Amino acid sequence: QFILKMAAVQSGQSETEEEKEIQPETSNDGSRTDGRPPAGSPGVPAPSPGAVKPSAPGEEETLRAVLRFLQKNNLSESVEILRREAGLPDEPEDQTGSESSGTGSGGQEAGGGVGDAGSLLSRVSAAPTPAAATVAAPPPPPSKVGAGDDRPDVNVVLSAYSQQGDPVLYDVYYSGLKKFIESVLDCHRAELSQVFYPLFVHMYLELVYNNHEAESKAFFEKFSGDQECYYADDLRILSSLSKKEHMRGNETLLDFRTSKFVLRISRDSYQLLKRHLQERQNNQIWTIIQEHLYIDIFDGMPRSKSQIDAMSGSLAGEAKRDSNKAKVFYGLLKEPEIEVPLDDEDEEVENEEGKPKKKKPKKDSLGNKSKKQDPNAPQQNRIPLPELKDSDKLDKIMNLKEATKRVRLGRDTLPSICFYSFLNAYQGLTAVDFTDDSSLIAGGYADSTVRVWSVTPKKLRRVKSAADLSLIDKESDDVLERIMDEKTASESKILHGHSGPVYGISFSPDRNYLLSCSEDGTVRLWSLQTFTCLVGYKGHNYPVWDTQFSPYGYYFISGGHDRVARLWATDHYQPLRMFAGHLADITCTRFHPNSNYVATGSSDRTIRLWDVLTGNCVRILTGHKGPIHAIAFSPNGKFMASGATDGRVLLWDIGHGIMIGDLKGHTDAIYTLKFSRDGEILASGSMDNTVRLWDAFKAFDELETDDFTATTGHIHLPENSQELLLGTYLTKATPVIHLHFTRRNLLLAAGAYNP
Amino acid sequence: MAEERRPKQCTVVVPTESMKAMAESIGVGQLQEESCVALSDEVSYRIKEIAQDALKFMHHGKRRKLTTSDIDNALKLKNVEPLYGFQSQDFIPFRFASGGGRELHFYEEKEVDLSDIINTPLPRVPLDVSLKAPKEQQKAESTEPLKVVKPGQEEDGIQNKTQGATSAESKGKDKGLRLKPRSTHELSVEQQLYYKEITEACVGSCEAKRAEALQSIATDPGLYQMLPRFSTFISEGVRVNVVQNNLALLIYLMRMVKALMDNPTLYLEKYLHELIPAVVTCIVSKQLCLRPDVDNHWALRDFAARLMAQSCKTFSTTTNNIQSRITKTFTKSWLDEKTQWTTRYGCIAGLSELGADVIKTLILPRLTIEGARIRAVMDGPVVSNIDKIGADHVQSLLLKHCASVIAKTRNPPDNVEQYRLDYGYLGPMLCSHVVKARTQAALQAQQVNRTTLTITQPRPTLTVSQSSLGGSGGPRTPSIIKVPSSLTLMSPRPGTPTQPSPPATKYIVMATSSGASSTQQVITLSSSQSGGTSTVQSATSGLQPLVKLESGGGPGLTASRPMQKYIVVSLPSSASLDGKGSGLTAISSSTAQLEAGMKLERSDSPGASTH
Repeated sequence: QFILKMAAVQSGQSETEEEKEIQPETSNDGSRTDGRPPAGSPGVPAPSPGAVKPSAPGEEETLRAVLRFLQKNNLSESVEILRREAGLPDEPEDQTGSESSGTGSGGQEAGGGVGDAGSLLSRVSAAPTPAAATVAAPPPPPSKVGAGDDRPDVNVVLSAYSQQGDPVLYDVYYSGLKKFIESVLDCHRAELSQVFYPLFVHMYLELVYNNHEAESKAFFEKFSGDQECYYADDLRILSSLSKKEHMRGNETLLDFRTSKFVLRISRDSYQLLKRHLQERQNNQIWTIIQEHLYIDIFDGMPRSKSQIDAMSGSLAGEAKRDSNKAKVFYGLLKEPEIEVPLDDEDEEVENEEGKPKKKKPKKDSLGNKSKKQDPNAPQQNRIPLPELKDSDKLDKIMNLKEATKRVRLGRDTLPSICFYSFLNAYQGLTAVDFTDDSSLIAGGYADSTVRVWSVTPKKLRRVKSAADLSLIDKESDDVLERIMDEKTASESKILHGHSGPVYGISFSPDRNYLLSCSEDGTVRLWSLQTFTCLVGYKGHNYPVWDTQFSPYGYYFISGGHDRVARLWATDHYQPLRMFAGHLADITCTRFHPNSNYVATGSSDRTIRLWDVLTGNCVRILTGHKGPIHAIAFSPNGKFMASGATDGRVLLWDIGHGIMIGDLKGHTDAIYTLKFSRDGEILASGSMDNTVRLWDAFKAFDELETDDFTATTGHIHLPENSQELLLGTYLTKATPVIHLHFTRRNLLLAAGAYNP
Repeated sequence: MAEERRPKQCTVVVPTESMKAMAESIGVGQLQEESCVALSDEVSYRIKEIAQDALKFMHHGKRRKLTTSDIDNALKLKNVEPLYGFQSQDFIPFRFASGGGRELHFYEEKEVDLSDIINTPLPRVPLDVSLKAPKEQQKAESTEPLKVVKPGQEEDGIQNKTQGATSAESKGKDKGLRLKPRSTHELSVEQQLYYKEITEACVGSCEAKRAEALQSIATDPGLYQMLPRFSTFISEGVRVNVVQNNLALLIYLMRMVKALMDNPTLYLEKYLHELIPAVVTCIVSKQLCLRPDVDNHWALRDFAARLMAQSCKTFSTTTNNIQSRITKTFTKSWLDEKTQWTTRYGCIAGLSELGADVIKTLILPRLTIEGARIRAVMDGPVVSNIDKIGADHVQSLLLKHCASVIAKTRNPPDNVEQYRLDYGYLGPMLCSHVVKARTQAALQAQQVNRTTLTITQPRPTLTVSQSSLGGSGGPRTPSIIKVPSSLTLMSPRPGTPTQPSPPATKYIVMATSSGASSTQQVITLSSSQSGGTSTVQSATSGLQPLVKLESGGGPGLTASRPMQKYIVVSLPSSASLDGKGSGLTAISSSTAQLEAGMKLERSDSPGASTH
């Protein structure tokens, strides 16, 4: 029954998308330059996340049409006003799927001219043929014949650069603007400076595209030093581009082209810039701004430099304000009521021994939590969840029991840390995971193996072979014990199956399964009863960087080099959802504790939160300055922490979609983050061989989110990393690649000793 | 390449010469310059691209080092065949060559003969991956409630813990060992009681109890658990009592050391770092008693020196070099002009106990200088009584030890003038001593013969010993004894009769006062007290025939008795008889001072211990 439901959801989606199915999955996927076939399943409907429309499509269509008309005539202020009044979200150009509504009327808009070219471009990626016809694209040069028809969008995208001014004047234009921005009032300068980087990149690309190699080189050398240091990585890629031919295959470049760089600028600053450019007749720059940048204008005080710096850094600028407006049900699901007869007896015994008072309130609080419905929680059946099995209930009881013995952590009671070191790993350990009850550890290795250890005295045993199983008395009480083969008992088991380094690993909550994802493009499901591979999920055609089980089991998420995160159910060989939108590799994937959302971190330096039910992207969080390798949700589901190669941990309020903290301290990439079971301590582990503990309670407690901050998204972060840092614990030479809090709040860390 | 600093980013390209070289290597000659440029641009771009992709794999592999497999994976990503077999032992496997005006770096690919590979024995399989977690933590996790760390100690506490955890992983590296938690050896209640009793008896006032206690230490087989405590007890005791100049207690402690050494079930090597400083302190300390002019601290020095020699012989190895280190220590302070007579005496005693070789190489050459110094004190204006006594003791010590050595090394005739020429002030005295030694040696040879004759009937020997125990150092023995006296000095384990000691002890104490023989007397003292049944096998060459003969005559106990006899008998030989009485008083007085010293709370700096 459950499966049917999921299938229904999927097919419903596909129906609304019918026209889309004939087109390439997404522009990103379609634009690969190599000879690999585009996605393993050409016929598979690609339920693009943005495609699922909100309600009342008819009215919105009308409004959108009006908007477009206004845009066409460059009535940008009216556009803004209409948008605000109608409550329409900005057109999410970077989500190509959402443009599908426009494809029908593509021809009409294509005549829109220069001002519309930007939106056109992105539309082109979805509907290549009509657009290519209307845009004055040069015929593809002979060298490109080999490109073939499966990627026509590339040329079209690049062709936008063909309109150009005098290459020599680029220098003058840019320095002119620079001079102007440096001369404006301080309060505007910081805001306007944001324009530099995208302008610089676009101008450079235009030069390169039009074969002005010498000029482009000179331009780069002259102005690349002015850019913010956090763009260094992108600049490095950019610098290697010096020929038009290179542009075709460069993904970073395509990202830049297909998505508009988003800037948030206050109205005053924007007017200032506009006036200047119009006065100077600086059409070249104005055209770029019109075409390639998306300027999100807001009313109010211009932001300060630090505010801007906190939020910028991603590949495509900041998130639009409107993209974070959707309601997110971040509350936790109601825990099923479980009778705990055994537990009571135990507690009774403890009571008699000493603490009769302590028990009552504790029990009440536990009871309250499960009874009251959190207004922020999603409907219990918002997404279908697997039913609890008896063994799950037992586990829950165990969990509750352990929870009563849990140490309450805080500033003054820091957790003990137990470090599990992998010896003789020869730099090959790539991923680690613990089971929730901390009884098993699994490690993924660069040599394609997965190893599972038991860290309790209980050894790992295989189920007997079928022939032996048939001999067992199935009625006996200890049948579960009898089916295990004593002869296979050992402390660790090795799982062979992948054909490339294993990059992600995840235990199912019931400890029966293990997921692993690998460079070979597959995700594999292993049974921990038989220690064999059950399924290989093929869908990603490129390395899969991360995978994780849902906290309720059954579902899992994977993400990799193809920039698409996929949601799977263990009994489906095809993904249930595909979350497309990231502009670079998806480097880590995490489920929200209520399983209704997934967060993905990416090399494009953004985090996106996706709604599992609708497939929509409901949050885009920018601020990191490097690829994001770690995400953790707070146990109450309200907050999120993320860590990146820049060594910083950022804290996010999911409900408001804003950054609320920036923890500086690590000196190298952060690979793991974990909240303690009560959410009071955040532990972070890094390549710099340290575990650091942060006072999450304080970070979240001192937070005052006024309406203004919430609506504008302008955050002002206190510089309190040092106050929040509770401890730094050095290992000798072991990068910390996984952290885990046991149910009693002992912190387990793992890493490979790396002499 | 892509990792170049930013200013250079635009410019870094593969040189066109490389293009040409590569083209030639695949058989394309005469490449147009233009094509070279175009190619090099293209190649550099692609290489940068691949390097950037490879970085991704490095990051996901959680490494800091880019490996060739990362490059392979990046190539795979681009659908390019990876470079198979690019494995190298070297860090940079490129070779350099030049010629024809060109410089070239190339990757040396040798042709590999497969049969070579097949025939070579398989290399050792590398260790398998294993998981390591600190034991105690595991326990804490599984059973015990979580340990809460106090805020004050958290920085150190947990950090150490984590470090300990990670260093424990380091497979027995130095650091790991250092951080290994020290295991304490718990003593059972009985052992604690025993320890208390023993230590109290050893330093108590009851001589009988002490004798029993020392014997217990020397014989009990199950003491190894208490050994660390004993050694600490001794070293601490010496430290305290040297400061307080408590001679009696120092003697008791040295007797404990002796007893520990005698116990065949104990191996002291692990505790030498505590014992040796204590012993050396007792040898060379500037002051060991309250009244250096009266108290016989010389005996203690001699005894400790003998202990030192014994431990050198037993424990010195090429790695710890105890003997050479000790020798150096003694020599250094002996050579120092300012060294006091007491310390000087200790150094010489310590050195001479180490054997004839040491005497020959280190002491004999300095006899002249030492003689001059002694004469300065003896003949010069009387500075202080203490100095005079010290010089006197040093002189007799030198005479005693050197005479026997010279007797062996120097050929007769013994000309006094010649001796004076060779050894200065001490020459004449040495000469007479040497002469005595020679005659004694001759006598002893006879004695040996005699014993061989009498061996079938052990009675005579027994009577001799008894007579000596009786305290009437028989006048017939002296002739026999002289040589044995020096021989027993060298024997690491002096004979130890079981219990007939008390009278012997007394007798020996009397002898103590007589400078030269003091060493001997202390031996007997200790041996009688410890009363161990330690065997006599390790006797030195000089003694060996004797002992062998005796043990042949009667087993175990009887064998040791004759030994005892010789020692005792030897006493009067070198000791002046008149010293007996004063010796007795010396000891008694020193014990009397013991209490006084305790009360006095001396704030003197501890005696100079030259170790």
